[in-house]
Amino acid sequence: MSALVEIHGLTKVYERGKQRIEVLHGIELDIEQGDFVALMGPSGSGKTTLLNLIGGLDSPTAGELKVGGQRIDALAADALAAWRASTVGFIFQSYNLMPVLSAQRNVELPLLLTEMSARERSRRAAIALDLVGLADRAGHKPNELSGGQQQRVAIARALVSDPLLLICDEPTGDLDRKTADEVLTLLQQLNQRFGKTIVMVTHDPKAAEYATHTVHLDKGTLVSADALHAIGVH
Amino acid sequence: MLLKYLPLIWSGLWRKKTRTVFTGLSLIAAFLLLGLLQAVNSLFSGGADFLGANRLITQARISFTQPLPMRMLPQIEAVPGVQSVSHSQFFGGVYQDARNFFPQFAVNPQRMFDTYPEWVLSPAQRRAFISTPNGAIAGRVLADRFGWKIGDRIPLTSFIWTLADGSRAWEWELVGIFDGRDQQWSERASLMYLNYQYFDEARSGGKGLAGVFAVRIKDALQAERIAAAIDAKFANSRDETKTQSEQEFQIGFLRQLGDIGFIVNAILGAVFFTILMLTGNTMAQAVRERTPELAVLKCLGFTDRTVLALVLAEALLLCVLGGLAGMALASFATAALPADFPPVRTDARVWAIALSSMLALALAVGLPPALHAMRIKIVDALAGR
Repeated sequence: MSALVEIHGLTKVYERGKQRIEVLHGIELDIEQGDFVALMGPSGSGKTTLLNLIGGLDSPTAGELKVGGQRIDALAADALAAWRASTVGFIFQSYNLMPVLSAQRNVELPLLLTEMSARERSRRAAIALDLVGLADRAGHKPNELSGGQQQRVAIARALVSDPLLLICDEPTGDLDRKTADEVLTLLQQLNQRFGKTIVMVTHDPKAAEYATHTVHLDKGTLVSADALHAIGVH
Repeated sequence: MLLKYLPLIWSGLWRKKTRTVFTGLSLIAAFLLLGLLQAVNSLFSGGADFLGANRLITQARISFTQPLPMRMLPQIEAVPGVQSVSHSQFFGGVYQDARNFFPQFAVNPQRMFDTYPEWVLSPAQRRAFISTPNGAIAGRVLADRFGWKIGDRIPLTSFIWTLADGSRAWEWELVGIFDGRDQQWSERASLMYLNYQYFDEARSGGKGLAGVFAVRIKDALQAERIAAAIDAKFANSRDETKTQSEQEFQIGFLRQLGDIGFIVNAILGAVFFTILMLTGNTMAQAVRERTPELAVLKCLGFTDRTVLALVLAEALLLCVLGGLAGMALASFATAALPADFPPVRTDARVWAIALSSMLALALAVGLPPALHAMRIKIVDALAGR
């Protein structure tokens, strides 16, 4: 059975004026369905760039990237947007909720892109909020919620369209240890109970302990034994 | 379909309440001004539309303030195609107080009714107007304004005409109250006609002179030819004439005040330039502040075009709400004008101008930030670049 995420020879080069910066050098990586992968590495190692490429937020300079058997490295902008809407849920370090919308409306946002009725959107958002333990905060705006609660709303938003893949960029970076553990436990539950495939960038080794695999990046290259395990080399 | 995005657009609009309220108030003020000034412009450009095309006005070539001799009347009447001719002299009277101004004209009653069948007066009152030397008739709007009834004596102090004894105090007896034959004419029944014969006999100077001649013609399509024929008849004489349609005459009279259209458009141009800057700045700032949020929308799968449409819709909502509120106020204000005031109305033409201005303004202020939003690169925006 092929992996959910298949990455072959993935290279990313940024050009800043005349300067050419190669951030990723021919990455080879497979992520199986149901994996919870922590991407670790020092600043500038390319982990966020790799995460963005897997999430379809950016396009590689070279190489091949397949998710669920579909090559996404060659998709046009609109097709890539539609793919993101149906396949990926995003969780960010700074939550990135719409400050003027209630938790319920924030969670409903991805569903606006579907043909669902308003009632169905509302029902699904309520279920997602219930799943993250915030059913009683549906009417609250982000500034009326704690950091941990805001991140839970962001997780509910990422889950509401039932994506194949959850992309998390330092999801606990702005949280204290206790709240971070609660959020990570929630992600772990989503992985273990609902089989969600999760790719998480983190600096925090404790956070990485919640993952099933850890991939280390350094200077745009995979380096750890765990990474070798992840690409199937035992 | 688009309705589902409305809460998102609406909440974006109210992200900074104070800023939106002030921008909205500026838009309301601008569209209130647009509504009022375009209504005035409408009056000047089309306010005389209802005037008959089968009536010409013959005035002195130099100016309508220059009188013409009454002996010209039969000569005008003899021009082929002319049905009837009446004459009219502006009286310039003040009733009690200068603020009570209303127009009065000394006319030959029978001729006036032959030329202006749009005025409706009972046969008995018509006979009374013809037979009463100092008789006067008033339009219903005017009579209602001052609470006049038949038989009242109306003192008028003319700032133009004196009596033989040098006095300016004239007294007229109200013998009739006329209406218009339809709503438009009824609304304009705010003038007074005086019996010319008595006026001409009693005035100290200018006897035998008329202000202008109103010429009713048989066929409106012949208006140009008849006007030319009348003017040709008096060409190279001491009393050269200028004959034009009644509509042109009225507009020309109003334009004595200046080129109203130009003035109105110049004021509105300045107002809208200011509003463009203000609203444009508001929209640009609002979108700049939301760059990370717009990037998140794109993350979630909103396409570049959807994000462009959302920002444009927000600009449109702002401009349309402010514009409609301003136009509603303008409509209330014009509807509340006294009946004797010129018929300034925010009609369909004014609304069409306002609606197209709202759309144009929304496009002008919304498009640059919308294009910016469309071009946002997710990765750069999320990284704060």
